[in-house]
Amino acid sequence: MSGIDAARSWDRFDRRRRIGRFLGLLGAFVVFAASWRYLDTGITNVETVPREIRDLLTRMYPPDVAYAPEIVEPLIETVHIAALGTAGALVLAIPVALLAAENTTPNAATYWLGKLIVTVSRSVNTIVWALIFVVVFGSGPLAGAVAIAFRSVGFLGKLLGEEIEEIDFGQVEAVRAAGASSVQVLLYGILPQVKPALVGLSVYRWEINVRDSTILGFVGAGGIGVQLFRAVNAFAWQSVATILIVVLGVVLASEAISASARRMVR
Amino acid sequence: MTLDVTGLRKVYPTGDEALKGVDVSVGGSETTAMIGPSGAGKSTFIRCINRLTEPTEGSIELDGTDLTGLDDDGLREARRDIGMIFQEYNLVERLTVMENVLTGRLGYVSGWQAFRRSFPPDDVERAYEILERVGLGEMEDKRVDELSGGQRQRVGIARAVVQQPTILLVDEPTSSLDPETSNTVMRLLTEIAAEREIPVLINIHEVDLATEYADRIVGLHDGEVVFDGPPDDLHDGALDRVYRGGDPPESDAPPADETAASDSSVGSEPGGERASADGVVSPDGGTTDRPGPGEP
Repeated sequence: MSGIDAARSWDRFDRRRRIGRFLGLLGAFVVFAASWRYLDTGITNVETVPREIRDLLTRMYPPDVAYAPEIVEPLIETVHIAALGTAGALVLAIPVALLAAENTTPNAATYWLGKLIVTVSRSVNTIVWALIFVVVFGSGPLAGAVAIAFRSVGFLGKLLGEEIEEIDFGQVEAVRAAGASSVQVLLYGILPQVKPALVGLSVYRWEINVRDSTILGFVGAGGIGVQLFRAVNAFAWQSVATILIVVLGVVLASEAISASARRMVR
Repeated sequence: MTLDVTGLRKVYPTGDEALKGVDVSVGGSETTAMIGPSGAGKSTFIRCINRLTEPTEGSIELDGTDLTGLDDDGLREARRDIGMIFQEYNLVERLTVMENVLTGRLGYVSGWQAFRRSFPPDDVERAYEILERVGLGEMEDKRVDELSGGQRQRVGIARAVVQQPTILLVDEPTSSLDPETSNTVMRLLTEIAAEREIPVLINIHEVDLATEYADRIVGLHDGEVVFDGPPDDLHDGALDRVYRGGDPPESDAPPADETAASDSSVGSEPGGERASADGVVSPDGGTTDRPGPGEP
């Protein structure tokens, strides 16, 4: 064991890198502490939390089964809002994706236009879009469906555009070399290559939209949210419980459908 | 049917001059093989003809029409008469054999017909006949991604031939295939050219295949034609010019050079050739030539 001359030393990081890492970690702590203090987050009333939860649960139990028939119609409306919104988004998203993909966009200006549409659509929350369209169309499911469509265009446009950027351009060139028009190049060269993604993404977005449209009613844009909002405001906790259980069931069902649909398309 | 290319130059945006004024004419029903090392400009030359790559300068006349001056509609119409076969087959992988073959008829149907896959009965009948001719009868409903390399290249040939082209352009048809399948594909290409009496222009780096099947050899080196003649005239000196850019060897040339330039060693060393272009964006490689944003 002895006799080893430890002339060589090894450090994973040199001095400068060590200081840099330390400063980075320190910065993260400072940000966390600053947020904590700014929001004045206290744990002063922590002892009341379990009591409040117990209280809420006892008021919710048992769920109001008699209320269930009343929410069937709004529930169906919710699912339709999601379907219509997703369909509308899909129609709009295909051209947006073609603009936002580097290899199919006609020029730099259209590329940035595509990126702009995607960013604007994504940076505004569904509920904010709904507020806007309730003003435009009046309250009701139409405003909800349009809000869903506007939010989903960005999502589908961005992800579909990324898929288009990944396609094998040789296949596109071969179709073009046969004298195909640009519409035909799209139909035969591009679309077949992104078809699985197109189906997968729209089903996935539809699933998200089912969840999103359950709260659109909070701002008057139709669906089960109208009833939920009303029940919460009326402190009708047993009705709230019924709605939450039913919504949970619908969301689970949509997730199952979405998963199996995506498995089927290869 | 004649194709007259005069003074064709291509300079890529990177500054690479892939073609330095190439004059080549092909016609009748002869099979012309274009040989040369990677990066010599073979693919660029073929891709310039139907303007998958835009030529910088020169004229490309197909039966008297200058293709370089055509607008989009004119170009589409002209492309219907030019069949093209690709190195990586470039079939639409998720479509069936029949859909891929009928892609060759897209220039004659509307977008709506194309969408509904409703092609004129004549086109469908012709597609069936050609599939049988290339040995893929009964395969029409198979998806292309289920096929082997040789089968795919035969679908590629069928797609080009169903266009009823007046010329066939073939870009490295065998470099993704094993030697035996390569022979089959080359035989099929030359036979079809003879049956239909159309000229075929083949890019190929396997010299032995070129001399075996072609009626005429064009040697390209560094963007210039350095050999043009029948396969029998392609001696070691000419090969040396094509592959090394050297002058014809003197009588006292070292014997090592002679052996290296012989048919078999050059033809069977694609890796060795590629090494010279290693790390360089090859203006020759169709795959490295990413089309610009404006193209589709």
